[in-house]
Amino acid sequence: MLEVTTTRHNPGIDPSLHVWGWEIPLYLFVGGMVAGMMIFAGWAMLRTARGDDTRSFFSLQMPLLAFMLLNIGMLALLLDLSHPLYVWAVYITFQPASPMSWGSWVLLAVYGILLVSALVRLPESWPWLGSRVPGLQKASAYFTGSPGRMRWLGYLNIAFGIAVGIYTGILLNTMVARPLWNTAVLPLLFLVSGMSAAAAAMHLASRVFPGRPAPRSLVGGLLAAMTQPLGPQPPEKSTVNTLIRADVALLAVELVLIALLLLSLVTSNLSQIEAAKLLLAGKYGIVFWVGVIAVGIVVPIVLQALELTHRIPHTVVPAVLVLVGGFALRWVLVNAGQASEIVSTAARF
Amino acid sequence: MARYGMVIDTTKCVGCMDCVVACQAENDVPVGYARDWITTTVRGEFPKLTMEIRTERCNHCENPPCVTCCPTGASHVNDLGLVKVKANRCIGCKACIASCPYGARYVHPKGYVDKCTFCDHRIRDGKDPACVSVCPTRCMYFGDLDDPRSTVAQLLRSRKWHVLLPEAGTRPRVFYLT
Repeated sequence: MLEVTTTRHNPGIDPSLHVWGWEIPLYLFVGGMVAGMMIFAGWAMLRTARGDDTRSFFSLQMPLLAFMLLNIGMLALLLDLSHPLYVWAVYITFQPASPMSWGSWVLLAVYGILLVSALVRLPESWPWLGSRVPGLQKASAYFTGSPGRMRWLGYLNIAFGIAVGIYTGILLNTMVARPLWNTAVLPLLFLVSGMSAAAAAMHLASRVFPGRPAPRSLVGGLLAAMTQPLGPQPPEKSTVNTLIRADVALLAVELVLIALLLLSLVTSNLSQIEAAKLLLAGKYGIVFWVGVIAVGIVVPIVLQALELTHRIPHTVVPAVLVLVGGFALRWVLVNAGQASEIVSTAARF
Repeated sequence: MARYGMVIDTTKCVGCMDCVVACQAENDVPVGYARDWITTTVRGEFPKLTMEIRTERCNHCENPPCVTCCPTGASHVNDLGLVKVKANRCIGCKACIASCPYGARYVHPKGYVDKCTFCDHRIRDGKDPACVSVCPTRCMYFGDLDDPRSTVAQLLRSRKWHVLLPEAGTRPRVFYLT
């Protein structure tokens, strides 16, 4: 028998660590989605540069939505800081050993890339602005008129999309005291989950705001620009199906990665075995099995497979479920991760 | 350069918490928070019991995960080799708190992250840390681990000792004599 008592009860630390609330899971979710959107947008840009019909790609208009989503994520990050007036301290230094430092600088670059990428379609997707700022047309033509520039923008989107997608996982890896996070599967899992969330978000946007000519007004035009993934024309059926197929494949990979994550934990030391138990049972277990596995992955795979084989009509339900599951994954990993701790392996007698 | 460490004789510690109070007074620790604390472990079944009382704090690890993860360099190793936090560089992201296996850090009510400093302001004056200086049983020792003539080095050579959570691989510098 071993009984441990302590006189310490520092808030947020005792009895178990809970320094990160809803803000960090929200940021991880939104950041992952932005990463996925950048990768899809980059892919579409490469195809555009090759001369494919740009009309059929959802993703070219996504950078503006990604930009807005990134703002939500950054706001969540700022709200999480307990010393927010000193946030500038991140940008007067570079700490090569700290993934959070890498991430801060990468996010700065991502803002730039997203804004430049948004220019590609901005004049026609937001006519109010396009007609008032003639420079926008020129800026747009600068990229649409040159396959070379388009290709470079595409590569940048893909490279920085991958960087944003994986750095959050590496960040959690560096938390030595949290056995649940000490697995190299995490960065890859966050990347794939972010991509499936991005595919779902694009699908959702195309269904909720079906293509119609963008409103000429200021606000309506902006909203349309952000949410109409294809601008004036409705999405082609083949494009929608490609997106659904991509989502099914990504969800399947995600399921394999989660299985690998659990395997790597249960085949490791006592601390990691205990960490796996946190995920598989108890209050986090319910969210994990119901929210992440059932609602977030298995049900959407089944529904989308049935949609693709024309057994049920297309709906937005799977897309919504994938987004719910994506957030549930971040929430459960951040919270169960904080609760996990190194178990003393000293002999007991 | 000196490699400072602390040695605590658990056979002499009675858990009076004088060290805790001395630290709170010396370092103006906010009410309700603690930079050091007492942990008591009881092993065995009644009546065959053994008890170990320890005064615990930041271990000023030689491989400190809290310094690695800090995005601003606020959490750093100073010129004396001690792990410290620059309040005017800390953004309060709390990554260091999550990375510490010992729960040694907390968010100060003013927003920055705070922790034990080994009283480096006293060390520079040639004095012991406040906690060590007040211990009524004289169970705490502080000094240069690299100096073979120092009390801490001699104790570690002659007595059995353990550190907390060696599994974490952080190389703690607070040693417990048993």
